[in-house]
Amino acid sequence: MRRLRGALTPYLLMLPAGLWLLVFFAIPLVYMASVSLMTGNLIDGWKLTWHWQNYTEGLDVYGDKLLRSLWYGLIATVACIVLAYPAAYWIAFKGGRHKSTWLFLLLLPFFVSFVLRTISWKLVLTDNGPILGPLKSWGLLPDGFHVLDSGFAVISGLTYNFLPFMVLPIYVALERIDYRTIEAAYDLYAGRVEVFRRVVLPLSLPGVFAGVIMTFVPVTSDYVNAQVLGGPGNTMIGNVIQAEYFTNSNYHTASALSFTLMALLLIGIFAYARALGTKDVLEAAGR
Amino acid sequence: MTRPDNDPAFVRGIDPAPVRSIDPAFVRGMTTRRGALRLLGASAAAFALSACGIPGQGGRGKVNQAQIDAFWKGKGGKGSINWANWPGYMEDDRATIKAFTKETGIQVAYKEVIQEAAEWFGKIQAPLAANQSIGFDLMVVTSGIQTTKLIELGYLAPLDHTRLTRFAKHAGRKFQNPPYDPGNAFTIPYVSGVTGIAYNTKYVKEEITSVAQLFDPKYRGRVGMMSDSQELGNFAMFALGIDPEKSTPKDWENAARKLRDQRDQKIVRKYYEQNYIDAVTKGDVWLTMAWSGDVYSLASDDVKFVVPREGGTIWTDLMMIPKTAANPVDALTLMDWLYDPRRNATLTEYINFVTPVPEAKKFIAADAAAAKGDDKADLERLSSSPLVFPSDADLAKLRTYRVLTQQEETQYQKIFLPIVQGS
Repeated sequence: MRRLRGALTPYLLMLPAGLWLLVFFAIPLVYMASVSLMTGNLIDGWKLTWHWQNYTEGLDVYGDKLLRSLWYGLIATVACIVLAYPAAYWIAFKGGRHKSTWLFLLLLPFFVSFVLRTISWKLVLTDNGPILGPLKSWGLLPDGFHVLDSGFAVISGLTYNFLPFMVLPIYVALERIDYRTIEAAYDLYAGRVEVFRRVVLPLSLPGVFAGVIMTFVPVTSDYVNAQVLGGPGNTMIGNVIQAEYFTNSNYHTASALSFTLMALLLIGIFAYARALGTKDVLEAAGR
Repeated sequence: MTRPDNDPAFVRGIDPAPVRSIDPAFVRGMTTRRGALRLLGASAAAFALSACGIPGQGGRGKVNQAQIDAFWKGKGGKGSINWANWPGYMEDDRATIKAFTKETGIQVAYKEVIQEAAEWFGKIQAPLAANQSIGFDLMVVTSGIQTTKLIELGYLAPLDHTRLTRFAKHAGRKFQNPPYDPGNAFTIPYVSGVTGIAYNTKYVKEEITSVAQLFDPKYRGRVGMMSDSQELGNFAMFALGIDPEKSTPKDWENAARKLRDQRDQKIVRKYYEQNYIDAVTKGDVWLTMAWSGDVYSLASDDVKFVVPREGGTIWTDLMMIPKTAANPVDALTLMDWLYDPRRNATLTEYINFVTPVPEAKKFIAADAAAAKGDDKADLERLSSSPLVFPSDADLAKLRTYRVLTQQEETQYQKIFLPIVQGS
């Protein structure tokens, strides 16, 4: 009896999370997959007709939005790394006693709702608003210049909104570096650049890897920033899926586009893990 | 779908026999992680197959007296309602609601949660399909694709006209028995309005008179269009000289081409829901498609509203009760109360849209006679404005939304929806 219980323990431990995943992830996912192959409408209902054209039609009409989303996601993720790494580095190594204060300050804006913050950008960046207005009246910018409703505004908003998801993992990775390894490198006559390049950077890469996954995936499928800060030329695939599902009730198209996006994201992440060498990353993380 | 009952692979997949006989191999399978995963996968697949298809819910747009009686039977007022409406549709100090509460004792929680008909429909569709409450007893939706769907899908409470006596007495003839809701079975109008062009005279140095000016490359990046597919399509058809009421799918294709041109030449700054008011006041856009009353009640004197010479659309926003409303009786009381000409006049003085109660005009004129200074001028302008009290000749120039069948709607949406998304 005890042996049986012992054998069952791992499954019992897995049960709550497993059920959670089954009910709220696996079943809806399979269901969505079947919806993506249906045809119909709200009035007449939908039928599973194995209509693979939902995928090709979706790509035909909205393929460029998919590419744009991946492109925006890539730029915003790189911008996040560029902004987050120095900040995390400084806090981890030079933050001293006040490390947690600095981290708190960095996270402070994120206690305010995501949508509210994005809308406040809109107020600040409006064509004749507090920033662009004076610059235009001083003649530093041409009259027709605008930031809102442009790709620049959308990417900036994305970068800003997802920055903490990059800072935190990088900070954790840097924080965990044993300072003795750095001292050892200096003892072996490494210069500051060498220490960074050959000790700190490789040891912090797992953090960057985690940060990239945590930003690239949600950034690519985001729709709030493009909705609030973008114009007709900046629609992202998230907006299309949102509109197809919630305003147009085209469940089949929305599902097909969602799966296409998911496939592309998975391919992207796996390619990235491959390129970086997952094995090395895991090894580094295990140290 | 056709369930492959005879497909041996399918039957094997769901046959519970091995479980009943507790095949040792099955138990062994359970004890490996892969086995557990396989079981998981199989159950998910079985679920998906059993759930193929989503049943249609259409064809519920006709009700008989028995159904109406059945809905209202045993329902009484509970003294409070939740009302979902559009921004700008009530005084800032909610004076009309306060007066209603004072007279009837019914509390009203008023929320400006509706920005666009399609978006609102998307939000409430799932709970209504599941027969769940949407948290509102009364809502206001525009006569158009979404209202037709709400009626067809049986999401609305059939109105008990024995409790709508003021509506019967005071509603203008054109507001009764409309083609999109014969006999006002499910809806009665809140207000009507005209879609035209608003422009900011600080930036636009010419008179705006024509839809064509929305397509003028001179205003590159300074034009706002509406994201609502019917509004958007109608204006492109005006520009092409097509009457939207009589338009054909071929006209829609042409209109879509015109709109794509306009977008790809970067003339359109943005497709707006209701937030164009803010943009045109600040000067982010210089001219934009707009709803009459929004501009009328705007504080800024720089923004002007015109009905273009090619035509404008007239639409009606309708009061309706979702079938899952917690307190439909008090909602009905409020709907009827708003048809009292005196009370309706007070509301109209603020919101400046076309009122369905023509008799309100004389009360507004009386208020104007009694008022002084700026207020007097405003009220006089209002009581004589063709945008609030259009004459029959004015109405003849305006076009209504085309009522689309399900098949036409699918085709129409397929043509116009991707434009706003940039495709």
